[in-house]
Amino acid sequence: MTMSFSLLATAVVLCAVGGILMLTRPLTRILLGAVITGNGINLLVLSATGPAGAAPLLYGVPLRRITDPLPQAIALTAIVITLATTAFLLAMAYRSYQLTGTDEVHDDLEDRRIFLRAEVLGQRAELREEYRAESGRTRGERARYRAEHRRLRARLRADRALQARGRDAGGDLWHDVLGADPEDYVNDKDADRGATG
Amino acid sequence: MNALVPLPVLLPLCATGLSLAFGTRLARFQRFISVAVLSAVLCLSVALMIAADRQGPLSVDLGDYAPPLGITLVADRLSGLMLTVSSAVTLAVLVYSLGQGMADRDKETPVAVFHPAYLILVAGVSLTFVAGDLVNLYVGFEIMLVASFVLLTLGGTGPRIRAGSTYVIISLFSSMLFLTAIAMTYAAAGTVNFAQLAVRLPDLPLGVQTLVQAMLLTVFAIKAAVFPLAAWLPDSYPTAPAPVTAVFAGLLTKVGIYCMLRVETLLFPGNRLGDLLMAVALASMTVGILGAVAQTDLKRLFSFTLISHIGYMVFGIGLATREAYGGAIFYVAHHITVQTTLFLVAGLIERRGGTNELTRLGGLARAAPLLAVLFFVPAMNFAGIPPLSGFIGKLGLMRAGVADGGVWAWVLVAGATVTSLLTLYVMAKIWNLAFWRAEPPGQAAYGTVLEAADDSDDDDPDLGPDRIPGTGDEGVGPAPAGQAVAATLQGRAVTTTIRPPRAMTAATAGAVLLGLAFTVLAGPLTAFTDRSAAELIARRPYVEEVLGR
Repeated sequence: MTMSFSLLATAVVLCAVGGILMLTRPLTRILLGAVITGNGINLLVLSATGPAGAAPLLYGVPLRRITDPLPQAIALTAIVITLATTAFLLAMAYRSYQLTGTDEVHDDLEDRRIFLRAEVLGQRAELREEYRAESGRTRGERARYRAEHRRLRARLRADRALQARGRDAGGDLWHDVLGADPEDYVNDKDADRGATG
Repeated sequence: MNALVPLPVLLPLCATGLSLAFGTRLARFQRFISVAVLSAVLCLSVALMIAADRQGPLSVDLGDYAPPLGITLVADRLSGLMLTVSSAVTLAVLVYSLGQGMADRDKETPVAVFHPAYLILVAGVSLTFVAGDLVNLYVGFEIMLVASFVLLTLGGTGPRIRAGSTYVIISLFSSMLFLTAIAMTYAAAGTVNFAQLAVRLPDLPLGVQTLVQAMLLTVFAIKAAVFPLAAWLPDSYPTAPAPVTAVFAGLLTKVGIYCMLRVETLLFPGNRLGDLLMAVALASMTVGILGAVAQTDLKRLFSFTLISHIGYMVFGIGLATREAYGGAIFYVAHHITVQTTLFLVAGLIERRGGTNELTRLGGLARAAPLLAVLFFVPAMNFAGIPPLSGFIGKLGLMRAGVADGGVWAWVLVAGATVTSLLTLYVMAKIWNLAFWRAEPPGQAAYGTVLEAADDSDDDDPDLGPDRIPGTGDEGVGPAPAGQAVAATLQGRAVTTTIRPPRAMTAATAGAVLLGLAFTVLAGPLTAFTDRSAAELIARRPYVEEVLGR
């Protein structure tokens, strides 16, 4: 089967570009990467038809010379599906931005926790070692040690705060997503209290 | 009888339309539609399974286009069994979620979105089971995935969006890989119809065949969460609501296994990549179960056991003998049920004890004896204690391994034994920590709502403005017994009640009983799976049914 080289080359370039974009952190870039890669793969599907022929119509065209319509149908299906997924990803990127202020994809919580913990504990142990090794401890030294210690603890705490912020903006969907005004909260809470007695 | 084949797909799709049309205004009607349609799908699936068993595969050409061109749906024994088990499980989970939704006054799970998405998920899963060509399989996957995106990020809370983004990106990537594989298959063989591919693929050069096979297996391994491609699962599944996690864990991974079985038997017989599959199976089993040993969060723990037990089914597929396929099919049916049940029980435990964290749970055996029974039976079933179906499934696989006698097979048999012992250890750990030991000191009395007790360092000023009033951060006291109150615990909204809603308990009990039914009916069932395996290996009935007319 002969194949159009330019079609294939375009598909490869699109897939490469999209693939690189998909490896980045922000969801919007991943989204762009997905769209570009999707287009590249659709071209690949189309290139499976072989050489171009006449339009695949039933009448008026000699049957041997028409283009194979099946890959076109497959590509069309794939385009529709990509569209839907893109819409969903966009909504998710926006929601992520709403909740955390960025649309970056975060690491696995536990991975990050383990990594950070190991790092901080390592640094702390190093610090302690250094501190113990010194013989004449001046007041300045001690203050520096404490400041460093505090900094390490603050890092762990900041991480927890970040997680908590992501978590705690949960609860009532309609208030969070649709952004009802604060008065509603008050009224709603009163209503709830009344209901539960 | 053949006309029944598309119905498990069509009914839920039509019901989705109705469900969306009536929406929130007639919430009760919406619930009624979902339950009625899923019950109908269950009956249909049983009918299909019996018919496929009696008269061989059933196929229907949609729009009456002849097979290589048109869309063909096929239901053979394997499809029938998968449809039956999946619809039974989805029905149980639906009832469970109805119980939960009604008790929580629909705050956490807005039902208007839940029901249509759930029905579409069922339609997608059914479509993958009856799809007769690669493109239709792809479409089925996508229907299922888009619905699962919605269900996984239900409510749009922080952790769900975070976990959902990983899941969506991985799924997107595997879909692209799938589409590429389809393009390659079509370019090489000129068809995407399974039956025609089964005829044409053996004539292709070996390299092309292996490439297509490897790509398809990679795609399905991502869906099935086989070890090197499973890192996304323990991070994304546990954040969803309990019923959603249950149905995902039970069904979606098994869809990947079903596709592997179908492709390995129908398109690429001869087991060229068997050794690779067995190596991957061994890695899945051991890494998965070791991950589970290290976890203390119940849902994450079950996610790791899920990965580990996927290894058993891949082991069966890698052996590729009739007994092995039979064992794998039996194990799939058993595992769908038991894994779903365990996640449902995890939801009940969370509801009762206020948390899924094993270190904070305790004393549940005395406080909730029924819950203890509901956990104990599927847990022992899962670990493979003799009279139960987990044992029968494992025994079947191991006998197939011993009969094979190769080095890999023996290694896998040893690995499977160790894994099942470690599973027993993990289940015993859960039992000891959550149920058997005394209530840990400082534990609030049951029936109270546990406040968001994150950390002592929580007084971070950055946190202040982000707190939203009315989400349970303030003013939560002990709730009257039997009354549901929402609060956030470790960031998740958790409702604790002294007695979970009857529908939830009943649905879980139903799932437990279904698991036990596999034990009681083990004889007929193993005979059935054996016949399915024979049919898969023979290939002729399938091909003739599709192309013969």
